[in-house]
Formats: sequence, structure tokens, C-alpha cells
Amino acid sequence: MSTIHIPPSPFNPSDLTLITQGAEALVYKTTFLTPSTPTALKIRPPKTYRHASLDARLTRARILAEARVLVRCAREGVRVPAVLGADWEKGWLALEWIAGRTVRHALDGWLKAHGDDVGSSEGLEVKGLMGRMGKAIAQLHGVGVVHGDLTTSNVMVESEEGLEGDVVVIDFGLAVMSVQEEDRAVDLYVLERAFVSTHPQAEGLFGEVLRVYADGYKGAKGVVKKLDEVRQRGRKKSMLG
Amino acid sequence: MIALGLEGSANKLGIGIISHPSPTAEPHVLANLRHTYNSPPGTGFLPKDTALHHRAYFVRLVKRALYQAHLTPADVDVICYTRGPGMGACLTSVAIAARTLAALWDKPMVGVNHCVGHIEMGRAITGAQNPVVLYVSGGNTQVIAYAKHRYRIFGEALDIAVGNCIDRVARALRIPNDPAPGYNVEMMARKAVKRRGKEGELVELPYAVKGMDCSFSGILSAVEALVGQLATGEDDERKDRLKFSDGVLVTPDDICHSLQETIYAMLVEITERAMAHVGATEVLVVGGVGCNERLQEMMGMMAVDRGGTVFATDERFCIDNGIMIAHAGLVAYETGVQVSIEESDCTQRFRTDEVHIGWRDKDG
Repeated sequence: MSTIHIPPSPFNPSDLTLITQGAEALVYKTTFLTPSTPTALKIRPPKTYRHASLDARLTRARILAEARVLVRCAREGVRVPAVLGADWEKGWLALEWIAGRTVRHALDGWLKAHGDDVGSSEGLEVKGLMGRMGKAIAQLHGVGVVHGDLTTSNVMVESEEGLEGDVVVIDFGLAVMSVQEEDRAVDLYVLERAFVSTHPQAEGLFGEVLRVYADGYKGAKGVVKKLDEVRQRGRKKSMLG
Repeated sequence: MIALGLEGSANKLGIGIISHPSPTAEPHVLANLRHTYNSPPGTGFLPKDTALHHRAYFVRLVKRALYQAHLTPADVDVICYTRGPGMGACLTSVAIAARTLAALWDKPMVGVNHCVGHIEMGRAITGAQNPVVLYVSGGNTQVIAYAKHRYRIFGEALDIAVGNCIDRVARALRIPNDPAPGYNVEMMARKAVKRRGKEGELVELPYAVKGMDCSFSGILSAVEALVGQLATGEDDERKDRLKFSDGVLVTPDDICHSLQETIYAMLVEITERAMAHVGATEVLVVGGVGCNERLQEMMGMMAVDRGGTVFATDERFCIDNGIMIAHAGLVAYETGVQVSIEESDCTQRFRTDEVHIGWRDKDG
């Protein structure tokens, strides 16, 4: 990542396929640099509801932060989408295309086919996926990156069907550099909550993510312990005694 | 069936009477009375004084509600009261009053989760089917979506509630608590926009969103640190006065505007993220802060961009009221839920996701 290329801007609209409208950004599939380089183009359109000065401040800060974090991960050898180009005034970021499906899709498909019987022999497959997720998150935390918006929609599995394939964390739009136990634990807490609310029948699976995570890097066990503390902290938790 | 709803979890005492003519018909509001305890500018409402207020007004409000609804106690089928969350002294006062009525009139009781009350009333009034709910008030900030008989909390404030942040900024700026601090902040923000033109100018405040959660205490601290530097109309030549880049003095109005723009942007952002996550197109705003028109406007712009719809109610149903407790209690009662006097407890901490929502289908 020694040079950031000057992008052909604006991108050719006929070569843009909308992939998803997230809360923050529109993600298109397009090509960039060469016609055969598939690219995920993340455009952060201005939010009309936001005051213009606040909007500009947030867009700029988030695109720069996302690019910096991704470059850092790549340098440290963590598998993330490579940064191909960016313009924070116009609000876009071009990233390497990751082929595959989100863990959310893969998991929903699996749960539909197998029910929530994760103890069965097929359950090993889904546990394997959870383990690889735990490992990927541990790698991120290990190099000092906290994702900020971990959900099963923000983790890809590089396969067209089934649960095999490498796991790649995407969407670093809220990521920050931090080695604080607190930040790492909140990262896990956000994932746990997203997990429970999106796949309520598979609540138990999160334990497998944590189990593998805990062996992922020096200090991971302390973070898992801290997670207990963070869980207690949500407002209005019932307190016994 | 007819229910009497008794609400007093914070500084409003609300008495409501609702009728559900049949399970399929629209609920019918027979009475919805409220009396608010306001403390002087620069102070907040204390539990002891607020509970005293509720005890003092309870009987006359119940009498007036029955009179307004043309009912006698014999017509009431069930007594619904707020079980929590809320301020302990206030909850206890109303719970004791509720038990007294139940014993006097020999009626069954239902304890209602205050947050579920807001959600069910919002759904009933607006007709929203399965919305993502933003519940924002002086004590609560939650982004909620329904799944499998629970209102699941996707995001919430990690420290103080958004309404608490607004109230305390109002306190720091010595803005009156009457009729409501948030309302006065909204009016001052409008003045700031008028004065500066276009969309007004912002003082930079912290912006703290973590995933679908957010934090407001940093904003409060930032404002409290700025209070001494604001233009007051006296000594405005002093060097330490805060100015915009064009040299214009920053007034308390500008702080109110900056506060609103920043915190509502945070709320809209976490709501949008939850909508994207569950694939919802409807959003329902409930709770006292939900009657802020700027928040409703911003939420509407977000919803339009996503091809969705925003549902909101006015102050009668947004701000704490008895009718929502009556309504949510009655839908639960219709599924067989009730408590005996011995079991009719209340609690300061009672999470939205603890309640089994037996009256909705598994998938919404």
C-alpha cells in the first residue's frame, strides 16, 4: 500500500451494481484501476437529516479512520479488504472485493436447514464457523484494532454455500485503534447482542466464538472476563440482593 | 373490557381509562389525565418531593377520570399500574394506591412494564405493525425490535438517558423546567437557527456512537465546561467569551441548537443502523423526547431516504401517561395475565426485554 492511486471520479454509473444499503453507506460492486479488478465501492452520501457541518465532520473522520485501520491490518498480516483508493471530501472509499456471503446469511440458511440442534454432527460445521469468527476477531484485537460494529452481517465467509471457507471481517466504518480491555470487551458485547437479537434460536453459539477468541492473543482471556462486567452494566439490569 | 391505568414512575402522575370493546376493534380512550411535578429552574425533581406530589394528587385525578369517562368503579374490569422501571419512591406511592383501589373495589391487578406501555400505546395510536422502536425519555434510551414474544433491545444509552442529558443541560443553562425543560430547549434552538440563518451554526460537541449504543455523558460534561464562556448580555466584551469563527458570540440558544443537532443525529443514526440490521421499514418514536419536532423531522428524513415511514405520537401519548399503562395492561390481561395484591410489587430496574409479549404473534 505504498501509493494510493488517483481514482477516475466520478465512477462510471453504468458499471455500478448496488450490493447493500447499510445505515451509513451504499456499497456498490464495480471495477477500479483496471476493468478486471472487482471492487467494493463504499459511498457515504450526505445524510440530509444531519446538520451539514456535523455531516462533513463525521464523513471525513470515518472514511479516514476506516482507511487507516484497514491499512494497518493489512500491514500486520490480518486478512481484511485492501484499500484501493479514497476521497473523504466526496465521501467514497474503494476496497478489494471479497467474494462470498455474510455469516448472517450462511447461519440463517444453516439454521433453516438443520434447526437449532447444534449438538448434532452437523453442529460441528457451525461451531467451526463460530470458532473461525472468534479467531478473526482475536486477530483484529491482537493488532490493536477494535471494530466498533461487530454483527453477523459484518463478517463474510468466503464460500458460495455451506459454512466452510475463510472468514473475513468487513465494514470498518466505526473501527478505532485501541488496546484497552474495555474497548475490546464492548466490541464483543456489541456482537453478542447483535447475535442474540438476530439469531435468537442460536444464542448458545456465541459461547464458541468466545472460547476460540480467548486463546487468540495475549490478553484475550482478560477481555473475556471484562465482558462479564460490561454485560452487568446495561441500564436497568435487574439486581438481586 | 375497561381498564384503569395508573402511572407515576417519574415526575408525571397519569391516570387513564381505556376500553377494548372487542379483541378486534380499536381501543377507545375514555379518559387521559396527567399532573406534572415541576421543580424550580436549576434544580431537578427529587424522589421524595415527587412521590409526595403523586400521593397528593392521586385521589382527585382518579375521581376526575371516572367522572370524565361517565363510569363508576363497578364498570372497571382491571387495575393496571406501572411495575417499573422508574424512581422507587414514586413507583411505590402509585403501587400502594393501586393496591388500595384493587382491595376497595375488589378488582384484579396487572403490573405493567413502563417501556412496554409506551411501545404498545404507540402501536395502537399510529397503527404501525412491526416497527423498529426508538424509546427516548428522561430515564430511557433504547432502540427496540420485536422478535419471538420479546421486545429485544438492539441499542441503548450506555450511561445517562438522552432526556436526562437534555434536562441537565437545561439545568446548567438555568432554563425553566416549566412546561418541560426539553420543550424550552427546543424553542431556544429554533431562535438560534433564526438568528444565524440557514440551518444555524454548531458548537462542536462530542459525538459518541458505539455500534447501536450511544453515550451522552461526554456531551453533558462538554456543555457544562462551556457554560461560563457563554454570552449573557453582561460583560460580553470579556476575552474568554466563546465565539464562532466569524466572531459572533455564542449564546445559550446556540448551545441548545448544537445539543439538539448532535444528540438527535446520534439517535437517528443508531435507529437507522437497527433498521438496516433487521430489514425494517417502519420506525416508531415513543417517550417524552419523542414529541420533539426536530427529532421527528430528522427521523422522517432518514426514513424517506430508506423508503420507509416514521410514526410518532403527540404529547398526550408520548409523555408519560396513564392510558398507555391501561392499554398495555389490558392486552396482557386479555391473555390471562394478572397479579394478586400479595404479588403486586414494583421495581426501579425492569428491562423491556424481561416481559413475555404473549399478545403478539411469534413473527410480529
